[in-house]
Amino acid sequence: MGVTTRTSLRRARGIGQLRGKIGSYFSRVPLLGWLVGALTAVVLEILAGAQLASVLGLPKLPVLFGFDTVLKAPVLIPSTLLYVLLIYILPVAIVARSTATLANRLAAKLFELPMWVSALAHLILLYGILQLWCELSDYRLLLARLILIAIMITLSLNVVNGYMGEFSCSHPGFMALGAYAASVFTVSLFVNDNLFGAAILPAALGPFLFPIGLIFGGIMAAVGAVLVAVPSFRTRGDYLAIISLAFMFIVKSLIENLEVVGGPRGLSSQPNWANLPTVFVWTVLCVWTVNNFVNSTMGKALNAVRDDEIAAEAMTVNTQRTKFVAFLFAAFWAGVAGGLFAHVLRYVNPGTFGIQKLAEVLAMVYFGGLNSVLGSIVGAVGFNLLSEALRPLEIFKWIIIPLLLILTMIFRPTGLIAFRTFDVRNLLRPKGKSEEEGDHGDTTS
Amino acid sequence: MAILQVEHMTHYFGGLRAVHDYNLQIERGQIRGLIGPNGAGKTTIFNLLTGIHRPTEGKITLDGVNIVGLPPHQIASKGLGRTFQNLRLWRHMTVLEHVKQARYSKLGYGLMGAFFGTSRRNQEEAENEQIALDLLDLVGIRHLADHVVTNLPYGAQRKVETARALATEPKILFLDEPTAGMNPEELIEMVRIFRRVHEELGLTIFLIEHRMKVVMELCDMIQTLVFGAVIAEGTPDEIRSNPAVIDAYLGKEVET
Repeated sequence: MGVTTRTSLRRARGIGQLRGKIGSYFSRVPLLGWLVGALTAVVLEILAGAQLASVLGLPKLPVLFGFDTVLKAPVLIPSTLLYVLLIYILPVAIVARSTATLANRLAAKLFELPMWVSALAHLILLYGILQLWCELSDYRLLLARLILIAIMITLSLNVVNGYMGEFSCSHPGFMALGAYAASVFTVSLFVNDNLFGAAILPAALGPFLFPIGLIFGGIMAAVGAVLVAVPSFRTRGDYLAIISLAFMFIVKSLIENLEVVGGPRGLSSQPNWANLPTVFVWTVLCVWTVNNFVNSTMGKALNAVRDDEIAAEAMTVNTQRTKFVAFLFAAFWAGVAGGLFAHVLRYVNPGTFGIQKLAEVLAMVYFGGLNSVLGSIVGAVGFNLLSEALRPLEIFKWIIIPLLLILTMIFRPTGLIAFRTFDVRNLLRPKGKSEEEGDHGDTTS
Repeated sequence: MAILQVEHMTHYFGGLRAVHDYNLQIERGQIRGLIGPNGAGKTTIFNLLTGIHRPTEGKITLDGVNIVGLPPHQIASKGLGRTFQNLRLWRHMTVLEHVKQARYSKLGYGLMGAFFGTSRRNQEEAENEQIALDLLDLVGIRHLADHVVTNLPYGAQRKVETARALATEPKILFLDEPTAGMNPEELIEMVRIFRRVHEELGLTIFLIEHRMKVVMELCDMIQTLVFGAVIAEGTPDEIRSNPAVIDAYLGKEVET
């Protein structure tokens, strides 16, 4: 037994060393390098993906990194793995590593410019990757947009449940308000519809006025949030959870009984304006403003309120205002996300915004990590990808996903990436000599 | 004119009379002490003055302005800074963030600045950071600026609280047992910090303390509180020799 533990120990150490080696091999690659690598991979897939898939004997292009193929036909595991390796892993790794020096030089150049220039360059690259990846299938396009919307919802709920430390359940309600308000705005103004009659404005104006519709949706959600906030922020405790849960159900049954917007049958024929660039821009806006807010002293007041409200008051923080503003802000973004959601699916019905949606949103927040912008992004992307990848398992999916959530709660009770600041500047920093020097300094001291 | 004036303040918790006919007059630049046995109502008086509780009766004026009934954050931004007896720090925040947070009411960039990261916001945040770092220098914990408070030793946490209270730019600093649980070295350092704050910033201090050595050394005037009522007020020497205080709080020396 002693021998086995020793060998397993040695093996564990070996794996650790290997990981360390791989880590140090790629440590000089800046974010820009990884993005270039990913771009190469998606271009490669467009050029050679279909041929490679047929050579490897795959029935069709593996849409979601091969998860769907493998889970339906386990025989195809080796060829799917090979596909993922050849199309994604190897190109990304090779390109990222081999262009590291160049990418660093470029990143350093960008770094000297104002930060927004550098951030914009990275975002454009990221958007390009996403656009090209979605080029190959409509399923990917839909999934990418839904994931981006999920990021907005998760992040806005994190402001309340993570940063402010209250427990709010009303986010599906805010989404519903936003979805319906934005839909009514666009459908009644720009579409010939049997509910609202003929279009009032020419459809050509639509895409330009669409942002107004979304903001209108967000504002309606914020108005709903006032109704929740006024009674529940007078005291601390479980009141917000209870009132907001009630609010969610009230919104749902209100819409079910409003025949003007279609009642339980829902509302359809939204114009197709929520395309990938639109959703991407709104998501970036959401992440940007939320990150700005939570990193300002005004936003950190939320943490102060959460950790000790009396101390926050004594340190001149207007706690009532802080809580109100944050709650309305979160509701606004949930409303905007709801509006986009309605225009991506081009159909909404009140049943969507029920307890199941709530469970999903809460799971994304707690899986990704409380009090963390990056955590919310990881949570939303991870949870949605997982949920889609395991879809072929049908009912077993609902055993595996909750199990993963339970494991997360056991091993990382606050979520994967909790309580971390999302430092954009640090993210865009070129990685190179300075870090090596730092390492060197550590070893000598 | 007195900077803080309290007249006939009385407070009931239900049927319990916690504070009875309390009067106080603090002049600018004074260091005042408040002593008394446990449960006498010292912290209650602090909570009443800083607005956490609203007194049942009485009048409190700060610089001639009535502050009864104002929410605590307004009283704090009018110049009543305080620390807490049982450290109320924000456990997920770093030392620097604590001190910066106390500058909340001085922020002028508004919500739009917070959401969109305007240049005004960046400038104000930078200024506040500098002020916070200077204060951390003053209490001698600048090297801990980026640490999360929960990982710090007790003495350092006390200093964070002091720096945080100072960052609100108080006219009067209320210290609720600032040396409780400190070892002798930390104690000496703390007293030195208070002296420094008093002399360099010209700050008025009002302090609750159980260690007679600290109180007698620092304070110009001391009040003794027993069962919610002041039984004696005077200079340290007067208090030390007052038979009522000795009887109720200080205790007699054992006669041999």
